[in-house]
Amino acid sequence: MPSPYLPNTDADRRAMLQEIGAGSIEELFKDIPEKVRHAQFKLPRPLSELELKRELSQLASRNANLDKYACFLGAGSYHHFIPSTVEHVISRSEFYTPYTPYQAEVSQGTLQATYEYQSLVCQLTEMEVSNAGMYDASTAAAEAAIMACMIKRRNKVAVATTVNPTYREVIRTYVQARDFSVETVELSSSLSSDSACLVVQQPNFFGYFEEIEAYVQKAHDIGALLITMVDPISLGMLKPPGQYRADIAVADGQALGNPMSFGGPGLGIFACRKEYLRQMPGRIVGKTVDVNGRPGYVMTLVTREQHIRRERATSNICTSEALMAVAAAVYLATLGRTGLRHVAELCYHKAHYTSKRIAELKGYSLTFSKPFFKEFAIRCPVAPSRINQALFNEGIIGGLDLSHTIDNGMLLCVTEMNTRQEIDKLVKILGGF
Amino acid sequence: MNHHYLLPEISQPGKIGCSLPSLDVPAAELPPKELLRQELELPEVSEVEIIRYFTALSKLNYSADTGFYPLGSCTMKYNPKWHEDIAKLAGFTSIHPLQLEESVQGALQLMFELQEYLAEITGMDATSLVPIAGAHGEFAGLLMVRAYHQDRQDKARRKILLTDSSHGTNPASAVMCGFDIGVVASDSQGNVDMKSLDAMMNEEVAALTLTMPTTLGLFDPRILGISQVVHERGGLLGADGANLNAFLGQVKFGELGYDYVQLNLHKTFSTPHGGGGPGSGPVCVKESLSDFLPSPLVTENNGMYKFMSPAKSIGRIANFYGNFGVMCKAYAYIRSLGASGLREVSENAVLSANYLKEKLKPYYHLPYNRTCMHEVVFSGRRQKAEGVRTLDIAKRLLDYGLHPPTIYFPLLVDEALMIEPTETESKQTLDAFVEAMKEIARDARENPDILHTAPHNTPVRRLDDVRAARNPDLRWQMGD
Repeated sequence: MPSPYLPNTDADRRAMLQEIGAGSIEELFKDIPEKVRHAQFKLPRPLSELELKRELSQLASRNANLDKYACFLGAGSYHHFIPSTVEHVISRSEFYTPYTPYQAEVSQGTLQATYEYQSLVCQLTEMEVSNAGMYDASTAAAEAAIMACMIKRRNKVAVATTVNPTYREVIRTYVQARDFSVETVELSSSLSSDSACLVVQQPNFFGYFEEIEAYVQKAHDIGALLITMVDPISLGMLKPPGQYRADIAVADGQALGNPMSFGGPGLGIFACRKEYLRQMPGRIVGKTVDVNGRPGYVMTLVTREQHIRRERATSNICTSEALMAVAAAVYLATLGRTGLRHVAELCYHKAHYTSKRIAELKGYSLTFSKPFFKEFAIRCPVAPSRINQALFNEGIIGGLDLSHTIDNGMLLCVTEMNTRQEIDKLVKILGGF
Repeated sequence: MNHHYLLPEISQPGKIGCSLPSLDVPAAELPPKELLRQELELPEVSEVEIIRYFTALSKLNYSADTGFYPLGSCTMKYNPKWHEDIAKLAGFTSIHPLQLEESVQGALQLMFELQEYLAEITGMDATSLVPIAGAHGEFAGLLMVRAYHQDRQDKARRKILLTDSSHGTNPASAVMCGFDIGVVASDSQGNVDMKSLDAMMNEEVAALTLTMPTTLGLFDPRILGISQVVHERGGLLGADGANLNAFLGQVKFGELGYDYVQLNLHKTFSTPHGGGGPGSGPVCVKESLSDFLPSPLVTENNGMYKFMSPAKSIGRIANFYGNFGVMCKAYAYIRSLGASGLREVSENAVLSANYLKEKLKPYYHLPYNRTCMHEVVFSGRRQKAEGVRTLDIAKRLLDYGLHPPTIYFPLLVDEALMIEPTETESKQTLDAFVEAMKEIARDARENPDILHTAPHNTPVRRLDDVRAARNPDLRWQMGD
């Protein structure tokens, strides 16, 4: 069978070879040493669209998906409602099949949508400027830390102990790669005066609100930048980073209209104060005019970027998560001022209802008695792995097992996706231990 | 409806773009007031307005589905539609990365097999799927190089050699990994200058990063000799795999002497580019580097799949396991083509590039007049002498409804035009491109103004980049 993706016929190929003056396609590969030119490949035999669709649907059905299971798991990837507008917009192939918008005149769709994204991120965070998006929250935080070292000409990064441990590890990988050092700090511990920045998560890994203003003061006292990692949904009701004088705000935009997709693609939201604009990593879209004075959009401040500045670039980032940024823009536009606040409040109230019900159960307690948003840590009477297995058998994905840091600890997440019925069922099963 | 407005201009209090459920549990006490926000100034827009607005925007884009997209080094091939459908199955999109491993065996099996396929295709021993994009894969590769030498107590190796034709991400990634840069020259044939390599390849060099074929679209026939020099002097050889489409299914990086390669699934393996991502940049390595791979990998034992962290891993480099959604599409691509289909891809890609090379040679200066691989690099220097720049040629192509090639790259070619047709274009399409390029070459002599003022038929005309950079306008504000 001919390949559906190769439009030329044998006659076309012969005609092309004739133009080239080559006797065969093989001749075109003559620069490759003969002894490596005919490698053998052990791959499964090719299958048709029909056969593979069947096989891959089968494979997909071996995963317990959250259309069928209730989910109380968060810790960096979140089950939120995605309005149909989002999928319909980003499924337009005009959005999903172009390259990076190097030719602005024929890329105004992506560019203007990205300008909307940057604007919406600024509105949400109340930061002054946003880039067009990074890979995910962890790499956005890592690049923010390096940016702080460059701005401050210091080589030490401080990270709060309550930041998601994976984020901390990614920050460490990136920062140590540059031969800078990382230290983990608590609010009560003192900060080295040569730290370039302090990274805090709000709400933190355990879901609780940090005394963020105290952290900001601590950073600013020694002339360091405060980098805050936020839950973008929480900003529907919570004080935004711009209001507590954060210097750089990062977040994962997965929650804004992107499916969990087993952890990727995510979206690294990155916003900062205007004075640091020219040190910012990543693409930035700006508004300008064409030769007729009509408004239009371009990628701008490109002299920060690797394709122009090479080894002096602010980052190596090139391809990022542009389509996820468009999804986030459509999501924020769809929910808007009242919708996002409502979703945030649903998360808050449902999470508190759940925590209250669990705290009433014999043998269970909340780990911290502090205000939280949609995640909270509990102590269970038995190993969380046992509970999670029982929950799974009843169609529920339980919380994250924290027993390596908190004795029988579990981190639960409740969002607008969880119905009262699901919550009551969760509580009932927990009560059985 | 046109697109010459932004969301705040259609926002009106009281509108919303979707319906949401009411609270079905008792309300809790709100957190202290100092934690709450007062204003949330997002636009308020109805569903129909959102759809019309973004639909209008989409129509302003040129895309791979619109037409020919010969953007050199970017491999803008056609993206099969059913791969999108597969990646959207709830069993793939609606799964949480921290679910119990037993509950995501399908996803883990897909990742495990993709790791194996990519190792086989590149002639390597192990693969990490974690890197999110090509530059992220380079970053992972170089961190492994660093860890490898440190592990051997060979701490003097703090330099990465690159060629003068390399992608901008290559030096930028090396600096992110704490390396210094050395630049090896290319010779008059576009190959690595062996004298330059010989002079620079010393005990301070950790690795040579060499795109193959090079960004000139040329295969360096001395690759085995290059590999020998690098290895004899204690270095590693790394590939920026952006150009794998040139010999996919025919040649293995491992057999060329490479120790690691970073791939771009959004190029070679036909996953769509999304206007700048999501991509996926897996890194494949020889056994000598496999202990250093970023964490986690998927392993298999008696039909059960699970995550593991390599013994001397460079650690975590992303939130989770990479762009799983993109992996699903690349997996489908490999399974649908098989070994024979992959070979046909590179055969046809190389045939198309050489065809364009021959057809355009009479009209544009060809700096390296030899058989090319999957892409061909011309120079606009003849047209420059006539007062027309490569930028003008690119902009004029837009008037023909064609996407221009990559321009002004690689840097060592004056007024470069880097054309990568890919295997998914018909001879008719290539001929139409040739005709347009011929007319443009003629206009450069006879009617240069039409090039200087191009494009004429696009949604906007040439845009003022200088103004954008001098007075950055990067966002709207409500009430603007």
